[in-house]
Amino acid sequence: MTLTMSAYDDVVARYAPVIGLETHVELGTVSKMFCGCSTRFGSEPNTQVCPVCLGLPGALPVANARAIEATILIGLALNCSIASWCRFARKNYFYPDMPKNFQISQYDEPLCTDGWVDVLLDGVAYRIEIERVHLEEDTGKSLHVGGSTGRIHGSMHSLVDFNRAGIPLVEIVTKPVPGTGALAPEVARAYVTELRGILRSLGVSDVRMEEGSMRCDVNTSLSRVDSDAWGTRTETKNVNSLRSVERAVRSEIVRQAAVLDAGQRVIQETRHFHENSGESTAGRSKEEATDYRYFPEPDLVPLAPDTEWVERLRATLPELPSARRCRLQATWGLSDAEMDALTNAGALDLIEATVAAGASAEDARKWWLGDLSRRANESGVELEELAVTPAQVAQLAGLVTTGRVNDKLARQALSGVLAGEGSPEEVVTARGLEVVSDTGELGTAVDEAIAAAPDIAAKVRGGKVAAAGALVGAVMRATRGQADAQVVRELILARLDQA
Amino acid sequence: MTDLTRMDAAALAAEIAAGGASAVEVAQAHLDRITAVDAKIHAFLRVDADGALAAARAVDEKRAAGEVLGPLAGVPLAMKDVVVTRGLVSTSGSKILQGWIPPYDATITSRVREAGIVMLGKTNMDEFAMGSSTENSAYGPSHNPWDLDRVPGGSSGGSSAAVSAYEAPLGIGTDTGGSIRQPAAVTGLVGHKPTYGGVSRYGLIAFSSSLDQAGPLTRTVLDAALLHEVIGGHDPADSTSIAAPVPAVVAAAREGARADLSGLRVGVVRELSGDGYEPGVLDSFAGAVQLLSDLGATITEVSCPHFGYALPAYYLIAPSECSSNLARFDAVRYGLRVGDDGVRGLEEVMSLTREAGFGAEVKRRVILGTYALSSGYYDAYYGQAQKVRTLISRDFAAAFETCDVLISPTTPTVAFPLGARVDDPMAMYAADLCTLPASLAGTPAISVPCGLSDGLPVGLQVMAPALADDRCYRVAAAVETAVAGRDGQPILAAGQSL
Repeated sequence: MTLTMSAYDDVVARYAPVIGLETHVELGTVSKMFCGCSTRFGSEPNTQVCPVCLGLPGALPVANARAIEATILIGLALNCSIASWCRFARKNYFYPDMPKNFQISQYDEPLCTDGWVDVLLDGVAYRIEIERVHLEEDTGKSLHVGGSTGRIHGSMHSLVDFNRAGIPLVEIVTKPVPGTGALAPEVARAYVTELRGILRSLGVSDVRMEEGSMRCDVNTSLSRVDSDAWGTRTETKNVNSLRSVERAVRSEIVRQAAVLDAGQRVIQETRHFHENSGESTAGRSKEEATDYRYFPEPDLVPLAPDTEWVERLRATLPELPSARRCRLQATWGLSDAEMDALTNAGALDLIEATVAAGASAEDARKWWLGDLSRRANESGVELEELAVTPAQVAQLAGLVTTGRVNDKLARQALSGVLAGEGSPEEVVTARGLEVVSDTGELGTAVDEAIAAAPDIAAKVRGGKVAAAGALVGAVMRATRGQADAQVVRELILARLDQA
Repeated sequence: MTDLTRMDAAALAAEIAAGGASAVEVAQAHLDRITAVDAKIHAFLRVDADGALAAARAVDEKRAAGEVLGPLAGVPLAMKDVVVTRGLVSTSGSKILQGWIPPYDATITSRVREAGIVMLGKTNMDEFAMGSSTENSAYGPSHNPWDLDRVPGGSSGGSSAAVSAYEAPLGIGTDTGGSIRQPAAVTGLVGHKPTYGGVSRYGLIAFSSSLDQAGPLTRTVLDAALLHEVIGGHDPADSTSIAAPVPAVVAAAREGARADLSGLRVGVVRELSGDGYEPGVLDSFAGAVQLLSDLGATITEVSCPHFGYALPAYYLIAPSECSSNLARFDAVRYGLRVGDDGVRGLEEVMSLTREAGFGAEVKRRVILGTYALSSGYYDAYYGQAQKVRTLISRDFAAAFETCDVLISPTTPTVAFPLGARVDDPMAMYAADLCTLPASLAGTPAISVPCGLSDGLPVGLQVMAPALADDRCYRVAAAVETAVAGRDGQPILAAGQSL
């Protein structure tokens, strides 16, 4: 059955989206949550395992204190209350990549509760309320072989890698976020961006969505704009980039609207997002809630962070992104909108690093939001994935400032840098891009240009200085753009007695 | 030459240290004894003769090199199969783990090895420690050396049978609801369940995590104390392990042997007697009370009103935890795998494996626990049982305000005949009536032989507050001395000789 999809603008004129986000973050601790195994990414399968994370008979967990501290730091950074006493719980279900067939998680006693984070869009703040932050262990990773979908159903056999089993995982759950209207996709993305920035500033995770160290499930529901009743929500999984967060919300809003427009009901289910198509497909139905038979984990003692411990951690909180933004905005003298644009483009760190490497804030901003953003968009990558470092951008800006290249040459130099030809300095030298301002060298070219256009030369001599532009252009062409245009102009006017 | 298998552990260790016998001779004597009698007893699931002799040789070499030996070096031990042993099959009495060779040692296994104790092999048990008779073992029951037609208790019945039959002077058991104390009582041994957290659980194949504790099964109180000091103490690999020194149990056992309990306040628990208790058991118990009084103790009766709820609470908590603990036996990574024909799906293979690999009692408890934890029933069952547990702890706390120790019979009956209760789970469960309260409260309790009923041994249970394990040993040692004085010989000497 085909549904008729309406245009997004039409949909959000009739329906109000409510979003909610569950984010899983693998902590960057040296060892796993409940054993001493390494958490290094990308090792040979099943080489970072032991009796505990393999769930061998008799093995027992011991909680990783660094992971607990990291979770408390996250809670504090998200303005949460930190529980003075809480427990781990067992979440019981059978799955072959879960060694014990239960996951040690937290249930009704999360470590952190009731926080908030503000995200800014076009100078408007949206407050995202945080329901809970809790700590759990990651599962292993299954590779289902022989099916068409890569899912367990229909596969011939499965390979399981337990290197990931037991890596500390923090789950950050928002409360439902209503009232964002058409901006729901952008707010969702801005929240995840902000969260990622906070986690990065805390140094608790490498927050790489593409490697799965940060994973996002997006809940979406629609209600009619004239109604207070919220609709049935779906949970979209496999959302593996910031861009996908935005796309997943947008496509789910359009899909649910089509379902409702067709007079059908939205089914409560998980949906699987496909990066390539930007669409999602139906997964497990959640109409009948799975009974996980939670109960307090008897192998672990309760977690009781005392006030002194929490306050000691609070004192170590670094400058958080929001505070840093205020500081940088003031230093750089930007408007709110300019600052939001720069933040949401993910350019803040890059610009700050570029300024730190010696560029002016204006130049740094111009390069990253201008030419570099355009190039990133064209290749469909994030800014930070471009093959140029802030230091190189600063060097490039310096070459322009000192007049050694002009803007056009600088862009050519940047292409060289991105192509892996070396630093801007090296590219300029290798490609011979430097501006020619030696008057002796330029004199010949000027004389040739005057000789080639006697009529224009006469006009200039006659006082029509504006006509000199054509002569400047000729010289620039002759020097393949490498001449310093200002110097050329002065030479021409001097030759034609107009200096 | 003295029969080395008749010597207790302390005497054997002294003999080895003094050069009167080599550890290899001692090990060989016990291996020979096993060969001679274990066909009748079936205490061992697996005998590791090579490993035992190698460990014994190492002790002899150490001694020859002039190294100081530990207090139990060279003494043989029977290890319950629930304890994982590196390189030596560990099944927990279950088919589902048939042939599983652990790649690591339990903490208590390492401690036993480091102490130079010679592990003879792995002993039979009720599957996953669920039972009171070893009849739930997937490998057939063990037999009580006192009467081969009777059970040796359970779940640590293989260890109790082995030590009682002189196949080993030391045994390790685990106790979740009475699985050390009850087998000790019905085979005429000393068995101690330490304070919860006193002995590491790392490497015990979990039955009920909040209740399981390993402890010694021996023929004398001193031997139990010596073994307790070897296996006890903090273990960073078990987060429920107590970060405190092991109570001075050996000193307490020696002190108790002086048979003076002047000033000790002993409480007799009113609720642990009456209907369902065999007259012979109650007679022996009364005799023990008289002995304690003779030793200078003050005897009072105390009431612990919630002890009556221990059994129902236990049979919610233990099955709930086991339903989760046993979920890992799914044919994916180790152990039995049934029906993996390349056609059947994962869930079917899991189901077929668990169907074939678990015995009836294990299934009963997994089903019970799964139900008790399910959404909508959790509060009424698991939650309520945990409240009862708190009330039982309060009963203990109140009683220990006026008493130093509490006593009761260890079991309501003497060893029952094989087959008598296999079809009646409730009757089987009743064997643990007296031992369950201390399990639920996490407090230490010891069983020491105190008399005979129709020629079968009766145990006295001595319960103490948490961390006061030494009190259990002191009182038990005093009773041991007094009983031998009264009867002219230790209880065990009355046992049938095989």
